[in-house]
Amino acid sequence: MQVTRDFSHYVRIAGEGIKHIDLAVEGVHCAGCMAKIERGLSAIPDVTLARVNLTDRRVALEWKQGTLDPARFIDRLEELGYKAYPFETESAEEAEVAESRFLLRCLGVAAFATMNVMMLSIPVWSGNVSDMLPEQRDFFHWLSALIALPAAAYAGQPFFRSAWRALSNKTTNMDVPISIGVCLALGMSVVETIHHAEHAYFDAAIMLLTFLLVGRFLDQNMRRRTRAVAGNLAALKAETAAKFIGPDEISQVPIAAIHPGDIVLLRPGERCAVDGTVIEGRSEIDQSLITGETLYVTAEQDTPVYAGSMNISGTLRVRVSAASEATLLAEITRLLDNALAARSRYMRLADRASRLYAPVVHATALVTILGWVVAGASWHDAIVTGVAVLIITCPCALGLAIPTVQTVAAGTMFKSGVLLNAGDAIERLAEADHIIFDKTGTLTLPDLEVTNVADIPADIFELAGRLALSSHHPVAAAVAQAAGARSPIVGAVEEAGQGVRATVDGVELRLGRPSFCGAEGLVGLTDDLDPEASIVAFSKGSEKFILSVRQGLRPDAQAVIAALKARNIGIEILSGDREPAVVAAAHALGIPEWRAGVTPADKIARIEELKRRGTKVLMVGDGMNDAPSLAAAHVSMSPISAAHLSQATADLVFLGRPLAPVVAAIDASRKALHLMRENLWLAIGYNVLAVPVAISGIVTPLIAAAAMSGSSILVMLNSLRARNTSRELG
Amino acid sequence: MEILVILVPLALMLGGAGLVAFLWSLKSGQYDDLDGAAWRAIADDEPPPEMPAKR
Repeated sequence: MQVTRDFSHYVRIAGEGIKHIDLAVEGVHCAGCMAKIERGLSAIPDVTLARVNLTDRRVALEWKQGTLDPARFIDRLEELGYKAYPFETESAEEAEVAESRFLLRCLGVAAFATMNVMMLSIPVWSGNVSDMLPEQRDFFHWLSALIALPAAAYAGQPFFRSAWRALSNKTTNMDVPISIGVCLALGMSVVETIHHAEHAYFDAAIMLLTFLLVGRFLDQNMRRRTRAVAGNLAALKAETAAKFIGPDEISQVPIAAIHPGDIVLLRPGERCAVDGTVIEGRSEIDQSLITGETLYVTAEQDTPVYAGSMNISGTLRVRVSAASEATLLAEITRLLDNALAARSRYMRLADRASRLYAPVVHATALVTILGWVVAGASWHDAIVTGVAVLIITCPCALGLAIPTVQTVAAGTMFKSGVLLNAGDAIERLAEADHIIFDKTGTLTLPDLEVTNVADIPADIFELAGRLALSSHHPVAAAVAQAAGARSPIVGAVEEAGQGVRATVDGVELRLGRPSFCGAEGLVGLTDDLDPEASIVAFSKGSEKFILSVRQGLRPDAQAVIAALKARNIGIEILSGDREPAVVAAAHALGIPEWRAGVTPADKIARIEELKRRGTKVLMVGDGMNDAPSLAAAHVSMSPISAAHLSQATADLVFLGRPLAPVVAAIDASRKALHLMRENLWLAIGYNVLAVPVAISGIVTPLIAAAAMSGSSILVMLNSLRARNTSRELG
Repeated sequence: MEILVILVPLALMLGGAGLVAFLWSLKSGQYDDLDGAAWRAIADDEPPPEMPAKR
């Protein structure tokens, strides 16, 4: 059977006779890698462009239309030592990139205008106390207006639009007071300029916009960047399927190019990438990612298989019923939608703060105006003072307080192997006081491990490992990896559903089912000890050995559980797996609360029960069956090995084998929440100092500008403290 | 004070030129990979600096 690879799905036309493909590349982290990859790829004839993006860990490639196959680039990168995979930018990601650029453009315009208006304002401030002529002051004010008005009209768009949306929905948000403040300040300044007044507020209005845009951009950029990296990881999981393009010809294609009705080949040791029904073949499948059940189930004709399940022993032909985005059970989707809808009621800290802030500020300004009128001032003077109050209480420190901390904290978490999927995940994670762990793939590693290595002589184990290299079976792969085997035994023969055999120096070696190796007698001994383990036998002539293979606990699971207990966080296990397997894990980790054999609906019911008691639940899980509960929980985390759906649902995703990122993320988020609150208090503190000055009517634009910038800078500096949170486990 | 008639427009023009330069660099994708740009500056022999074609 001939196998080809087809990546044409990802190729697009970039220009006259030029094709373009984006590749996600793993392991690029320095200038050396960048130069190596670019030089290596440029050396391929016809390649016109090879450019690495180090921020997003991607390579953009362009080549002359012709015979060059994109698969060649992947091979070349593999030779250079990098794993790469073609990449399809999701529309959500492209929209975010465009949004990010728009914010940066607004920021550029606002910053330009601020600088020039300040240049004109400073002579006015100094001129007011010395010898400036009123005509010169008016000239400077009109110039300021000429710069500030169009700049504000352009750079203020993100705020005006959002405020308008909120108002037309009859709600209010942070952007409403911002927009009112800016518009009033600009309008008032024009009126003042017409009346030849000493002060105008163009500088304050435009500077306010600049600082707010910094915050908005940081907030947006953090989310864009983590989404880009998370998108890469999804691509690097290399989800492809072997599709039949002729009766006897298969092509390895990306899942995005598979459609319902196609027929795919599922070989032993492969993870199924689509939903479908078996039309030919017989095998066992491991559905632990979907149901949490670690025992294998039999698959034969008409058995439905789901994406994420692992084919164990035989080759299957599967007719696809759903592929790509649609690979999930209707039940799970429904639960997921409900759970997500329920969670959208959560209100972010920034929104809560602005909900309190806006009425207070507006009331203060109004009371100031009325107060001065009652005290005998003219309406004009009273309104000018009112506007000054609005400006000095500008929410720019408030606008910066949360995004700056989020950006810094997201960077810290990224370093400890945690990616953020949601902007407000930090706040929600910091509040979590109860953790629900899934067992399979979360507390335990997704891969299999040999547990009784110590009982087997080293030379025998090595031999078993080398023999195992000749098999596709996942259990064999685990044996080969545990033995560190490199060179397969020449002439090894695999007998489907039985095992592998080979002859070395006249002695027959067998690895496989106990019956295949004649070692049934030994099985009983191990089976009692470890209910979860798969048994594989190895025989060398008449010597028989039993290897016990199972999913091991994550290396630092015990330390992590202890660390969580030390932080006074409740812990329990909810698993879809069988009771003995769950008991073993719970016992090993010292977790008293556990439930086995729970369905997705049960998991949600348990989370709801905890919610009613006022507990904020952190759900950590990886299976497709966990996706609804991940969405239902207050906050959720998934390991990177998780099913695609779970990963997309989780608020945070952690990388690597250890469980430690869970604790690191909790610590970092708690510190970040603390800093966010501190920043809000700082912003409020500043206002408490500045507002009386503004109300008293003696405020000059200089005081307003100084107070505003001062509070913003203080808040930014304070946010940088989120950097040093890394506390060791324990 | 007549000097203002020259200096103020001059300052605005310089500022405007800066803004145009910023918008151009943004449009040509120079802010797409800030981490990479930091390293490229000190790399020994740079491959020809071409920008990817616009989407």
